[in-house]
Amino acid sequence: MIIEAILLTVITASTPLVIAALGELVTERSGVLNLGVEGMMIIGAVCAFAAAQASGSPFIGVLAGVAAGAAFSLLFGFLTLTLVANQVATGLALTILGLGVSGMVGESLVGVPGVKLAPIAIPVLADIPIVGPLFFKQDIIFYLSIALVVGVNWFLFKSRAGLKLRAIGDSHGSAHTLGLPVIRTRYLAVMFGGACAGLAGAQLSLVYTPQWVENMSAGRGWIALALVVFAAWRPWRLLAGGYLFGAVTIGQLHAQAFGIGLPSQFLSALPYAATIVVLIIISHNRRTTLINTPASLGKPFVPDR
Amino acid sequence: MKKFLLALAASAAALAAVAAPASAQDKTKICFVYVGTKTDGGWTQAHDIGRQELQAHFGDKIETPFLESVPEGPDAERAIERMARSGCAMVFSTSFGFMDATLKVAEKFPDVKFEHATGYKTAANVATYNSRFYEGRFINGQIAGKMSKKGVAGYIASFPIPEVVGGINAFLHGARTVNPEFKLKVIWVNTWFDPGKEADAAKALIDQGVDILTQHTDTTAPMQVAQERGIQAFGQASDMIAAGPTAQLSSIVDTWGAYYIKRTQAVIDGTWASQQTFDGLKDGILTMAPFTNMPDDVKAMATDTMTKIKAGELGPINKQDGTPWLKDGESADDGTILGMNFYIEGVDDKLPQ
Repeated sequence: MIIEAILLTVITASTPLVIAALGELVTERSGVLNLGVEGMMIIGAVCAFAAAQASGSPFIGVLAGVAAGAAFSLLFGFLTLTLVANQVATGLALTILGLGVSGMVGESLVGVPGVKLAPIAIPVLADIPIVGPLFFKQDIIFYLSIALVVGVNWFLFKSRAGLKLRAIGDSHGSAHTLGLPVIRTRYLAVMFGGACAGLAGAQLSLVYTPQWVENMSAGRGWIALALVVFAAWRPWRLLAGGYLFGAVTIGQLHAQAFGIGLPSQFLSALPYAATIVVLIIISHNRRTTLINTPASLGKPFVPDR
Repeated sequence: MKKFLLALAASAAALAAVAAPASAQDKTKICFVYVGTKTDGGWTQAHDIGRQELQAHFGDKIETPFLESVPEGPDAERAIERMARSGCAMVFSTSFGFMDATLKVAEKFPDVKFEHATGYKTAANVATYNSRFYEGRFINGQIAGKMSKKGVAGYIASFPIPEVVGGINAFLHGARTVNPEFKLKVIWVNTWFDPGKEADAAKALIDQGVDILTQHTDTTAPMQVAQERGIQAFGQASDMIAAGPTAQLSSIVDTWGAYYIKRTQAVIDGTWASQQTFDGLKDGILTMAPFTNMPDDVKAMATDTMTKIKAGELGPINKQDGTPWLKDGESADDGTILGMNFYIEGVDDKLPQ
């Protein structure tokens, strides 16, 4: 059934965007702007592929991707939080470094057949027509992505720790005065962002296209970054935005194959245009946007001792 | 902490010093500018294999520095200029999109020779070289015509430039020589290199019922999807059999090495002159990966067609709107092939303008 086939492809295409964007959302909610998503993602992708290849187990690959993304983000954390380097410049450097290092690490892995992360069917639910194969016969990274959206939303808006994290992102000076551990919280948030980007990278090299080629993230880290802003730092909107982007991307490919006769350049630009327009409409209320924007985003914090 | 940073800066400076060219030696520098990574498994890898053959042929007499992943656009001009400025005797710019950048830089460096792959503009110090990829795609099309049960193939295309359009035409024409009802679905992904998007396009085409895939993009992702979904496919630029052991029927393989050696020899001898090289199967600049995963009669037909192409034979072709283009036995002139901007009869797509 073609609709089901289309939706399956949409899910695979959207999952890495949602995961990477979600990690960045938490990082930015703590007041840190990390533009290195693309770099952390590609490091995650190459490490996941290499570990899966070496161990023969894609699960170990996933773990390696997450760990590598988190470890790589520590570099960013050290430079921006401990040494108070400029976040924008450091983030950009992280992306460039990640792309370069991953290419070097992965040189011997190019063209090596990959190990695909097998789907896990959830008993009973997987047998429901249409919905079953779509949502309950997926790989573990898809399940994780949904769990993460729910979990992060709960954490940020329902838990005490989440409230503290948001307070730190809104005004690190006041938070510090209140005795909240600004630097430590931000380190954890940056690492969470790195782990998510690494997981998204693992999805690329173990599920989406189970292979390693240099530069395989092909700009998805940047799309994830944009999604965070357009979703006004809200997890559910981010999920919607990620799936909308994925749906229009896949939809335009199908439209071309059907031969609808629209210029392909226009169709290729459509996912970007559609996502921006829809998310702007959702976020048109300036007040809610202002409330949700972390006020200390990207600003350096030096505690006075 | 400051000390640590200083040490870091110092070691970076030391590294830069090491990386600087040792120069002053009497080596001819033959430089390459790549659009992708040298291990992309496709287009750029084929060029890099050619570069390695060149290096091996001349050994110590030449150096062959290269720049990878140079985007088409303003950056290309800077990259090519950097190469020219660094003392290269000849620069190979290996992507169609480097055309204008190559000509601009060539104007500034009249003593440097430039070789631009697959373009159509030349100058006194700019030559072009190209391969008749379409010959291989015609053979692929014939194989597809025989092997497809549904009579529909999917074509993953990059950008609507003449080389790609010509490839689509050649493939369909080949298929229709054995199955006049053969249909082709085309998806333009507007990129040369994005494994995810190429895979998505492959899935979209398969979901819409094609049972043969062919691609004019640079990664093995579509081949991998074909393998996974159990359909058959053709590789591009390099032999992609590793990604599709039971899926790949054949692949057009670019073999640039001999050309690179010939042109470098000309530079060393001082006989280099601007020219437009447009070689094909018979000259060995293009080869076919082994015909695999098909019955013997199809294999025999493909081999026979290859022999015929090397000898030079073609049939009548109409344009997409049905107007005659080539009569039986007539061949298109090189200008039309290099500037191809129209579909032939039967392509189920509107050409992006």
